[in-house]
Amino acid sequence: MSSASARARSLLGMLAPFIGLALILVLIAIYGQLFKPEVEFFTAHRIALIAKQTAIVGLGALGMTGVIAAGGIDLSVGSMLALTSVTLAQTLVWGWSPGTALLTTLLVGCAAGALNGLLITGLRIVPFIVTLGTMLAYRGLAEALADERKIAANAPDWLAGLLNPPAAGSLQLLPSGVWLVIALGALLALLLRRSVFGRHVFAIGSSEPTARLCGVPVERRKIEIYALCGLFMGLAGVLEFDSLNSQGSPTSGSGKELDIIAAVVIGGGSLNGGRGSVLGSLVGALMMNTLRSGCVFAEIGEPVQKMVTGAIIIAAIAIDRTR
Amino acid sequence: MVGPLFSMLQVSKRFGATRALEGVSFAVRGGEVRALIGENGAGKSTLLSLLAGVHAPDEGSMQVEGREFAPRHPAQARRAGVAMIHQELAIAPDLSLAENIALGDEPARGGWIDRGRMRARARAALARLTDAALDVDQLARGLPLATLQLVEIARALAADARVIVFDEPTSSLSKQDAARLHQVIRELAARGLAVVVVTHFLEELPRFADTFTVLRDGAVVLEGPLAGTSGEELVAAMAGRSIDAMFPRIEHAAGEVLLRIEGLSGVRAPQEVSLELRRGEIVGLAGLIGAGRSELLRCIFGLDPVRSGRVRLAEALLPAGSPRASIARGLGFLSEDRKHEGLALNQSIEDNLTLSNLRAYSRGGWLSLERRREAVRGVLAAVRCKAGDPGAAVATLSGGNQQKVAFARLLHQQADVYLLDEPTRGIDVNAKSEMYRAIGELAARGKSVLLASSHLPELLHVADRIAVFRRGRLCAVRPAAEWSEASLLREASLASAGAGA
Repeated sequence: MSSASARARSLLGMLAPFIGLALILVLIAIYGQLFKPEVEFFTAHRIALIAKQTAIVGLGALGMTGVIAAGGIDLSVGSMLALTSVTLAQTLVWGWSPGTALLTTLLVGCAAGALNGLLITGLRIVPFIVTLGTMLAYRGLAEALADERKIAANAPDWLAGLLNPPAAGSLQLLPSGVWLVIALGALLALLLRRSVFGRHVFAIGSSEPTARLCGVPVERRKIEIYALCGLFMGLAGVLEFDSLNSQGSPTSGSGKELDIIAAVVIGGGSLNGGRGSVLGSLVGALMMNTLRSGCVFAEIGEPVQKMVTGAIIIAAIAIDRTR
Repeated sequence: MVGPLFSMLQVSKRFGATRALEGVSFAVRGGEVRALIGENGAGKSTLLSLLAGVHAPDEGSMQVEGREFAPRHPAQARRAGVAMIHQELAIAPDLSLAENIALGDEPARGGWIDRGRMRARARAALARLTDAALDVDQLARGLPLATLQLVEIARALAADARVIVFDEPTSSLSKQDAARLHQVIRELAARGLAVVVVTHFLEELPRFADTFTVLRDGAVVLEGPLAGTSGEELVAAMAGRSIDAMFPRIEHAAGEVLLRIEGLSGVRAPQEVSLELRRGEIVGLAGLIGAGRSELLRCIFGLDPVRSGRVRLAEALLPAGSPRASIARGLGFLSEDRKHEGLALNQSIEDNLTLSNLRAYSRGGWLSLERRREAVRGVLAAVRCKAGDPGAAVATLSGGNQQKVAFARLLHQQADVYLLDEPTRGIDVNAKSEMYRAIGELAARGKSVLLASSHLPELLHVADRIAVFRRGRLCAVRPAAEWSEASLLREASLASAGAGA
């Protein structure tokens, strides 16, 4: 294999999620032209809706990109979403100030992630098993905290309205929560690419023995990357609270862990570690939500939607193997 | 006279940028034993993988009994009559000998194994190899290696192999077992089979081989009948250069003691090893596999746990168990396992090279990738590594250039003490020679080198002193000039010949 064709293939691999997204958009456009010429799919309203839906999975995908690049996996992210959204609602109900409640929520997410990391490095158990355990445990914790009910709370607009559409005619275009995800994505991409921490993460994911040999503090980095993932889930919990109209629900995020992992994998992350792209993961999350929205538009039912999404995940892995 | 039983015609194979085989041709007649020799990286493994059907040649063809032989997977090669006996035996320990012999080709009736026929076939095949009455119903687990090797040869016979290929068959056998295997190989040839034996042990060749083929850098450089060819001719053909050109002599002188190892013990090895290493000195570590050479280096560096003992660097105590601390104090370790430990293969050349010393380019945790790229180009040029793009994955480089990256990492982290574990394993002759020069230059610059190697000429020509290990213990240290290959081997294997004292 010449290096030119290798480069072409790696370029193709990098572009794959974008091509997939473009393909879905083209299919939706063609369908619209043929069967629903009177309805416009690409309205500002619908784009804002897709962006809003993508924000929560997108935040999770950001944290998961780091974890997967480091050769790990975190199955507990869905449960963390419930735990953090319930934490926010419950602390507000207890009368804590919105600032304190927000800070506590982020801390709880970060701590839950750090605990994953501590268990993985301390007990030397594979991440899959540890986070399978904490997936149940954190769900239980969320249910206990919420007394197995949805909790409605009052929150000021700056906290509860992150996903509200911007005022008509404003230049903001997208809800501020979506901008937050984009900004954090840019920051994380920079961190993974241009910081000592980021290079350590990729080295650990690519070959842990090599990282150890080069003096990388492997255990500390792993705990940090899981804690970072938890922190992102804390933020995602805030957006979840907002999307439920200021409620925290202990059933939130059930099954979301799979959406999140799928977004990272579609975006070029390798479950063998050492590879992952922030932009790819966000596009992966966007692609799945666009597909869902497109299915609704085309009046394709939930069952077919699920089958198509499943097929896309498998196709993404198949493309991944040829890279 | 009949034509060859097996032949290979103008076969070439490339892996990425590496030219593994280039226009290789050779033939083996029925009744002939051909030895295939060459240094590590000469292309022997690639050639074997073609015979076994693991890889397909890019160009050229192969024939068995005059028929085209182009196996696309190992089972096809076997069905075509070519059997491989690998160094790592393919024996399932929890199956019986009969089941092992039948493995992959079980006699069956309607999906159910015909146990009677399976046993009979196994007995017949074993009877052709040994007089010892082996119970074919016993499990393979726990049987001596030599017996298991017979079982694997029996598997080849039971499958009606016409060509049997051995990969380093005697490397883990005792002298008596090796002699017995040589006899078995002769008998296989006497039955009209074509036999190919890949081996490192040149002195054994006359006992079983008729002809030889020497590979170097992927091409056949010499072949012919073994009778009338001297060992020196073979060695010269393998190396492709004189000893002097192979081992460039760089003048250096030993200074004060830099590294002091005091009674160092690990989990199994090393055991109470004490050794001093001076500035500008190269100390070679010799010993059989598992004697404790690698383990000593790993314990010093902090990769393996230390049970007792200490290491001092310039009189300051070195903390145990922390590669990070070792690197910070000026130690550098080159792993013998380049693919799994030495390098993160799918990461870039520059990431691999700088991973142990990212601090040089960071401010507040952020890296200057531009400054790093520039520095990496400089280091790569210094070790004469031919890499086009430092951002390309290190896996795209040839073995020799990969090793240069791993070595360059130690230069880049500005190590004072170099712990090199099999630095020339799996690289071509040119890269080896350059590695020897680089090691000599380190000593000339006042650095200290511990060089663990199982290649004795390398130790004898590169090291100033050689320490011999046996069962985890250091048993002798003497200037290199006072050792010979024979005396090193004797010292290294004394205990395994018996005694144990």
